[in-house]
Amino acid sequence: MATEHLQPQETWSPIFGRLTLDWIPYHEPILIGTFLGVAFAGLIVLALMTRFRLWLPLWRNWVISVDHKKIGIMYMVLGFVMMVRGFADALMMRLQQALAAGGAEGYLPPHHYDQVFTAHGVIMIFFVAMPFVTGIMNYVMPTQIGARDVAFPFLNNFSFWMTVAGALLVNLSLFIGEFARVGWLAFPPLSGAAYSTGPGMDYYLWALQIAGVGTTLSGINLIATILKMRAPGMKMMMMPIFTWTSLITNVLIVAAFPVLTATLALLTLDRYLGFHFFTNDFGGNAMMYINLIWIWGHPEVYILIIPIFGVFSEVVATFSRKPLFGYTTMVWATACIMVLSFVVWLHHFFTMGSGANVNTFFGITTMIIAVPTGVKIFNWLFTMYRGKVRLELPMYWTIGFLVTFTIGGMTGVLLAVPPVDFQLHNTLFLIAHFHNVIIGGVVFGVYAAVTYWWPKAFGFKLDDRWGKRAFWGWFVGFYLAFMPLYALGLMGVTRRMNSYADMGWQPYFIVAALGAVVILFGILSTFMCFYVSIRDRKRLACGGDPWDARTLEWANQSPPQKYNFPQDILVTGRDMFWKMKEEGFTWSTDYQPIHMPKDTATGVLISAFALGFGFAMVWYIWWLAILCFVAMLAIGIAHTFNYNRDYYIQPDEVAATEAKGASA
Amino acid sequence: MSAADAHHAHPESPTNIGFWIYLMSDCIIFGALFATYAVLGGGFAGGPEPKDLFEPGFVAIETALLLVSSITFGMAMLAAEKQKLDATTGWLVVTGLLGAGFIGMEIYEFAHLIHIGAGPDRSAFLSAFFALVGTHGLHVTGGIIWLVTLTAQLRMHGLNAANMRRLGTLSMFWHFLDLIWIGVFSFVYLVRLI
Amino acid sequence: MLRKIKPLLAAAGALALSGCQYHVLSPSGWVAHQERNLLIISTLLMLIVILPVLFMAVYFPLKYRADREDTSDYDPTFTHSSRLELVVWGVPILIILGLGYFTWVYTHRLDPYRPLDHLEAGEAIEVQAVSLDWKWLFIYPELGIASVNELAIPAGRPVNFSLTSSTVMNTLSIPALGGMVYSMAGMETKLHLIADSEGTYPGRSAHYSGPGFSQMTFDALAMDDAAFDAWVAKVKAEGDALDAATYLALETPSIDAPVSYYGSVSEGLFDRIVGLCVDDDTVCMGDMMMMDMMGGGGLQGIPNVPFYEYDRHRAIDGFGNPVSLPAPEPKHYYEAFLADPDQLCRTPLAAEAKS
Repeated sequence: MATEHLQPQETWSPIFGRLTLDWIPYHEPILIGTFLGVAFAGLIVLALMTRFRLWLPLWRNWVISVDHKKIGIMYMVLGFVMMVRGFADALMMRLQQALAAGGAEGYLPPHHYDQVFTAHGVIMIFFVAMPFVTGIMNYVMPTQIGARDVAFPFLNNFSFWMTVAGALLVNLSLFIGEFARVGWLAFPPLSGAAYSTGPGMDYYLWALQIAGVGTTLSGINLIATILKMRAPGMKMMMMPIFTWTSLITNVLIVAAFPVLTATLALLTLDRYLGFHFFTNDFGGNAMMYINLIWIWGHPEVYILIIPIFGVFSEVVATFSRKPLFGYTTMVWATACIMVLSFVVWLHHFFTMGSGANVNTFFGITTMIIAVPTGVKIFNWLFTMYRGKVRLELPMYWTIGFLVTFTIGGMTGVLLAVPPVDFQLHNTLFLIAHFHNVIIGGVVFGVYAAVTYWWPKAFGFKLDDRWGKRAFWGWFVGFYLAFMPLYALGLMGVTRRMNSYADMGWQPYFIVAALGAVVILFGILSTFMCFYVSIRDRKRLACGGDPWDARTLEWANQSPPQKYNFPQDILVTGRDMFWKMKEEGFTWSTDYQPIHMPKDTATGVLISAFALGFGFAMVWYIWWLAILCFVAMLAIGIAHTFNYNRDYYIQPDEVAATEAKGASA
Repeated sequence: MSAADAHHAHPESPTNIGFWIYLMSDCIIFGALFATYAVLGGGFAGGPEPKDLFEPGFVAIETALLLVSSITFGMAMLAAEKQKLDATTGWLVVTGLLGAGFIGMEIYEFAHLIHIGAGPDRSAFLSAFFALVGTHGLHVTGGIIWLVTLTAQLRMHGLNAANMRRLGTLSMFWHFLDLIWIGVFSFVYLVRLI
Repeated sequence: MLRKIKPLLAAAGALALSGCQYHVLSPSGWVAHQERNLLIISTLLMLIVILPVLFMAVYFPLKYRADREDTSDYDPTFTHSSRLELVVWGVPILIILGLGYFTWVYTHRLDPYRPLDHLEAGEAIEVQAVSLDWKWLFIYPELGIASVNELAIPAGRPVNFSLTSSTVMNTLSIPALGGMVYSMAGMETKLHLIADSEGTYPGRSAHYSGPGFSQMTFDALAMDDAAFDAWVAKVKAEGDALDAATYLALETPSIDAPVSYYGSVSEGLFDRIVGLCVDDDTVCMGDMMMMDMMGGGGLQGIPNVPFYEYDRHRAIDGFGNPVSLPAPEPKHYYEAFLADPDQLCRTPLAAEAKS
């Protein structure tokens, strides 16, 4: 016996499946405290919403809305909420590692700690970074191409709620049962039926599978939007760079996520029905999983960073009062990265004993990606060169990004050199590297996007003082938290350790924990920034074009009306809005009827049953699973019997809303 | 600057291109399953190999059913273009029946294999086989459900623009499944039987 | 902003000198030395482009501020320059070419599968390392001894590791001596290292492998030949015999296992571990694969499932305790979906399989 603890006995009843009271973690004070906190806060929110009669407006204006702008905002809200959860996990890990040195056990036993690091990775990638980038693309891209909505508005709503269902399933695991203890990519055989008994791993599988459906559909939707819904006259090479990067990102999503779906499905079959894809026995092959998951996994990191490159391209151009330097180069560099991202996956496991030739090949392809990435960085630098740079909030994040991401890129290329990776693989150096590019790249980029497009979405700017505090918190906190991890990596310290013997490492872990606290300050400042800005929205109010920007999304009112543009715009060049301003553009008052999609509750209903289905599958509650599945199917089919899905906004109504918006 | 005449945000329906992209993503799922079969297909774990399990005649009839169903779907499309509702739905029913026959044969084959103990838990080869063929089967089942739904909708609303678009996408889906099956047939049954 | 983080950097620098072992940067073996050199070469090569970028990233936004006094150099038409384009593509490409060259050379030189004979550092010693839940078993086939969680090697002589795992994946990592390689059940991987000087170097599994992972550490003791011989003699004197039965007992999950020795090792034990067939009643992977190459076991082979089962008998719960897994009864799921297949399949094949 390894420990005196025991997992609840595997029993099965027809009604509750394998769910028993033993699976409620009431003996874990941390979880009970969290549960009480969440329940208390939740009850307050529920009570306030009831008090102010917000339920119906929430349902009507947001939940069932197919408006890409509202869905985009809801994605961002999901991202921030889940970031709090994921960051709480991070704080717990940092605290544990700061304490558990030289025989001390810290406060988290491995059983709990291992769930925390798995949940942290899964949440931050799938339910923070992905909703953030999808949300930004959803909000910004259609308006950048002068469209009224995405190609398939209902599908967009459905995709969002499927992502939410996945996120809810992960959070359910906190209070009912457990989460996986396998690391964020769940390598078998550890994640297989024998070595991960219990429901944790099943939560992982169903949460990702459900959210993955949303992601893939959203990818298809946004590609079709860019290909088919552009304003008249907008050729591909006239699209804003952010739209280009959205297109490429979504191509990556559509090409890569099916591999994840297939891989997780195979692992699910292994676990549920005794298949032998990734088992040690009966001819299974765990390395197959590792190849497949990284064939998805490497493009995934580009799925996160490429739209962010687009964000910075827009921000740098606007705040330097110059068109982006090297537009064509930028497009081609991004396309290069897209293709290359599919031929580098093996660099994640150089140490698995592939031959020197294979390792060299994948090492060099990886380094080659640094070239187009480097070119992008130079392009941003030369956009500032001889410009008029305004150091507004989005530019703070941009400069922080340029510095931080460059360093992260360098350590990334180091890891791409196979013999160097032999040493640094699975060490904290690797952890420091990918946080360096994900925080320095994706997080900073998301903040740049939020601070840049917030005035568009709400009609007022964000408070500068709290915004800068958020920046300094994240920026300083990042260096404090992760530079010690680089150092530890060079000492050969391994990732995912619950405790360690060497007291010499502890000071570094303590500094890293302090860094996490500084980041916490940055996160709290963010929410403070939102609060103060909403409170002072009159003071911060701005017009439709507060930054003197260059692309079409700024041509309409802030916030835009639900049809985005009162008339279609005939596009004649790049940076179209800039051109329109130079030519003295004003909207005509000759309005035409506008064709719009109707809201529908189908998406949220199917997703609710998907959540029930996932939960039932996790706990082997077969009757509920069948019921939910049939319900999903039935609602989906019923939806197709509704042919009455659109309506027209009449010219007089357009005139009225435009006038009202202009006076607001 | 504003193009007053182009007030429709939907110059042409994005459905076709969207569905194409979906099919491509589905193709990648099958790609992953084919790759898995290629890697694991030789892992019999001391159990049966394809030669022991598959009967060429049986699979040939299965294949024929599906191939003919593609032709009958084509007939349905031709009838639809001529706006002949009865002929369209008639051909769709024939297509659905052929599809159901295919699925019936597949279920029979699976049940038989499981019954003799050659279920997916017996070896990696059988796991990969069941996953690949089963995924295709699930797609065909989905296609049949869709086909039934659409036939009902055709009876209700006739061959209007929306239904023509749906018929077009279902047709793409059905032919796509046929194409995948040709891959499965050659790669799983034909190659291994030789 | 630099000013703000400077004191912190200084503090970090002070910490760095506080007596920690930077095993990667100041290694104790030829392989790790080479890897360190490559790390430094690569870093320097990249700094050629990284440093100017860092400089420009801070300098440009400050120099070209919108509120500068003289904005006569503002040039919104400066959006393309073929010369600059040549530089921004050309310089990184040149650097990657250089880096690619070093990568090619070093990846081949430091291939973990390549024996270190070329160092001419004396006769190599064979070590078969098995990652168990959650401890390391080191078998010395030439000496017929084994140890748990302690690796003794003669300093200055190459060590040829053969790695495998009993259940999940791990990596064997001794940073002071060089890079790591995965150990995986049912297969054998290779690693070649050498310790240049005597000393005690920390080693561990560097791939997360379950509840006891954090304690899956060992000391690599590099000794001179005399001390090594003495160690071998001690192991022979103190240790029990390691045969199939003791291995199967050792293999059961345990956390933070103490160092222990085995004075003799039964012949071919490692190969049977790799073959997942230490248990006499199971078929070895090698035999199974040979049989599969020749077309498997046919229908008659169907009922032989127990001879191939491995993972199920090693199932653990979330705390690392062995549990008995009720599976495999997937049949009863199938039966839920496929009512009474006997009705359906009264074929000669079925009868044949049953007999």
